[in-house]
Amino acid sequence: MSKRLLTLTVNEREEQHAVADNALLVDVLRDTLGLTGTKQGCDGGECGACTVLVDGQPQLACITLAASVEGRRVETIEHLSSSGRMSRLQRAFHEKLGTQCGFCTPGMVMAAEALLRRHPDPTEAQIRDALAGNLCRCTGYAKIVESVQAAAEAVQ
Amino acid sequence: MTADRRDTSRLERAGVAVGRRTPLVDGVEKVTGRARYTADLALGPSLVGRILRSPVAHGIIRGIDTSAARALPGVRAVVTGADFAAPYGVIPIAQNEWPLARDKVRYRGEPLVAVAAVDDAAAEAALAAIVLDIEALPAYFTAADARAEGAVPLHERKPGNIERQVEQDFGDVDAGFAAADLVLERRTTYAEVAHGQIERNASIASYDPDTDRLTIHSVTQVPYYLHLTLAQVLGMDSSRIRVVKPFVGGGFGHRVEPLNFEMVTAALARAAGGQVRMQLTREDGFLTHRGRPATDIRLKLGLKQTGEITAVDCEIVQRGGAYGGYGLVTILYAGALLHALYRVGAVRYRGYRVYANLPPCGAMRGHGAVDARHAFESLLDEMAGQLGLDPFAVRRANLIEPPYRTLNDLQVNSYGLPACLDWAEKASGWHARRGKLPKGRGLGMACSHYVSGSAKPVHWSGEPHATINLRLDFDGAITILTGASDIGQGSNTLITQVVAEVLMLPMGRLRVVATDSALTPKDNGSYSSRVSFMVGNAALRAAEALKQVLVEAAARKLEVTPAEIDWLGEACGVAGTDRTLAFADVVEAALVDSGAITVKGVWSTPPETQGGKFRGAAVGSTAGFSYAAQVVEVSVDEDTGAVKVEKVWVAHDCGFAINPLAVEGQVQGAVWMGMGQAMCEETQYHEGLSLRPNFLDYRIPTIVESPPIEVHLVESLDPLGPFGAKEASEGALHGFPPALANAICDALGIRLAELPLTPDRLFEAIQARRREDKLKARRAAAPATTPTPIEAK
Repeated sequence: MSKRLLTLTVNEREEQHAVADNALLVDVLRDTLGLTGTKQGCDGGECGACTVLVDGQPQLACITLAASVEGRRVETIEHLSSSGRMSRLQRAFHEKLGTQCGFCTPGMVMAAEALLRRHPDPTEAQIRDALAGNLCRCTGYAKIVESVQAAAEAVQ
Repeated sequence: MTADRRDTSRLERAGVAVGRRTPLVDGVEKVTGRARYTADLALGPSLVGRILRSPVAHGIIRGIDTSAARALPGVRAVVTGADFAAPYGVIPIAQNEWPLARDKVRYRGEPLVAVAAVDDAAAEAALAAIVLDIEALPAYFTAADARAEGAVPLHERKPGNIERQVEQDFGDVDAGFAAADLVLERRTTYAEVAHGQIERNASIASYDPDTDRLTIHSVTQVPYYLHLTLAQVLGMDSSRIRVVKPFVGGGFGHRVEPLNFEMVTAALARAAGGQVRMQLTREDGFLTHRGRPATDIRLKLGLKQTGEITAVDCEIVQRGGAYGGYGLVTILYAGALLHALYRVGAVRYRGYRVYANLPPCGAMRGHGAVDARHAFESLLDEMAGQLGLDPFAVRRANLIEPPYRTLNDLQVNSYGLPACLDWAEKASGWHARRGKLPKGRGLGMACSHYVSGSAKPVHWSGEPHATINLRLDFDGAITILTGASDIGQGSNTLITQVVAEVLMLPMGRLRVVATDSALTPKDNGSYSSRVSFMVGNAALRAAEALKQVLVEAAARKLEVTPAEIDWLGEACGVAGTDRTLAFADVVEAALVDSGAITVKGVWSTPPETQGGKFRGAAVGSTAGFSYAAQVVEVSVDEDTGAVKVEKVWVAHDCGFAINPLAVEGQVQGAVWMGMGQAMCEETQYHEGLSLRPNFLDYRIPTIVESPPIEVHLVESLDPLGPFGAKEASEGALHGFPPALANAICDALGIRLAELPLTPDRLFEAIQARRREDKLKARRAAAPATTPTPIEAK
């Protein structure tokens, strides 16, 4: 497999790496950059755990070719906290128990982050719609909805 | 949750740490992405492990040629079943599985050969170069086919492919039916379901041939079982093995048993003399399975006009898959928890656990008792209707008064079911709304219960059920050392709260080090909802032991007797004076002559809670049962058969909520998992080939169709539980499927004899009823004469 030099911005840092043409974004983030906060829970596009933001839009890193994000801006869960402190969404997921085992949480939080940037004061239907592609097996989602609502209220 | 805000008595019960809504002590790591799960661990260069699986559902292994694979560049190890010293199985008396199949394969997808290579490509090339010679045998994919006369047995000494047959009789069943005013019998069929924890399976094993030491990091719920099993299958001394459980992305029973890939990873590391990383796919997870078995239930109940249950007669057949696993426990649980929720007159139970050529089933949240609960609560509802009794009334006619010994010798010391019923009835507006809802809407209810840990452990070694160490050193930090597995349920948080409560210290002074066999005491692990009750009790006793050491030190320093010391948490005082000693000084005093302090707390179930003397009596026995009652409101679209759950009201008797926030989350998660099984989840196979080994075809509910779940906590204060606490993670699951079925029946008047209640099944039933109604109408309209034959044109 031939390799290419991939240039992209990850969490506001410019990165240049030689990656295989068929490399997936999730593997570049986790294996090349050590950003293991992005999880993979399925064999491709089933569960949403790998959700990251590409130019602000939620995208599944496990079915995104790394080559397709050349020159683009990628944000992962590691980027949300500032100076190591939790963001409002992260704090809400922590305090409201929107996380149990925590495995779906990074993807869930990133999808919710994209929502709150678009709609700072979302309706419950908008929250459910935005997180429809993110599976959680622990919470039954009730506390995830509450967490996103609490984060939105914290900004208001 | 309603309990915190409205119930003032609960606030009075809350302490400085327990009884308070407490975010997870490891929650910050989870929400920031810093939590490291097995696949995230940076442990240095590794080989890649891969497994070749059987393409045949049942066959004799004539040969496995690995010579070409071994000769390929980059291949460092190839192992087969011949590389293992012994078979394994979670139940010591039922060990018939090899980490890689030997002699025979018994299901499609069974691991056969494994390789370790320098990278993915080399590993894949090696798998492709392996030549298999398997002579196919007849294969059986239903319990009935496997039991049929002349079927080839999957295992030796198991004629008829019956793994375990259970016969239990309590009281005079025939007399019970004779005394009943109504006797009804129903048959129901249940689909097989899977755990679906979001983290995929992974293990990293490293072996040092010079020191003969093995370390494994893995996704297990019970590191102790894995440890014992590795020693057994690898033929290694257990002292040379270290098992570490990092963060785990859910379990739900999938990871209670030691799993084949964990042993295979270790064997590869040993064969290669290095480190091997095994990352399984989601599909592999469905093949490893260990979920809830496909089940057929025949249930007959006798009821008096008052609603009293005079007799229970039940036969349950479980299609267990290819190996024993937890099977014999599952079939025993189904019988043990069928009726022990209520006071009943007499019980006859027949259980059959059957082998079939499919991935092995095992323990799944609500182990063994979920399908039986659906059958029981559905039939109770139907019979209540025929007797003109309200569903709540029929349950109330059969309540227990603790302390009570059930017919099958289970001890009930606390019983919050009456309070659960009261709340669910009131909160749902049951009497005001039931029967008055618009067309297509309905309300249904059901009750359930579950154990707070199995009273007899699988390995009956005589050791305590739970052990906690507390370590205190010069820095004044207290380290909690526990083998209990936090798999997301919040056990690390609960243990911290318990210790903080006894010592009246801020939780920030405490830290948890968990599940590393090199550091932490053995624990029986996270299964059967045992941790709150058993490990909570051990933590309570460990904290009391540390407090005693510190009180004595303070007394020495202050030159008074220990009885005169007032424990104030961050300080000690002398009773009746204003003399105090700060915590740091108390610690300093305690370390004089002793150095770093380690104390221990242990707990075991009292003998009277360990069940009766009959065969299989231990299964179902527990030191404390949780109870739950729930009401489900549905709306059904009669044109599509689609069901929407509008709302769930669930009351759960957790004894005492050490962490009300976590208990609420557990109850919601349990109810919701019951919803998945009841509405959409179902594995499917074609000739043994899994057709739904992914989350697109195996549908678990998304956030879109998940309802609000209002939780009320009933605190019956169990006499043996820590601060009165009992389990909170499983008991509410069992009630959802029957409450849903009862609600759909209320809405449509249709009761299906199977789960899940998918739209296509419901639609078919609705259509069948329409046809029947039309036929009836036509018959009623037609004159009552002999129909004249239609003449041919």
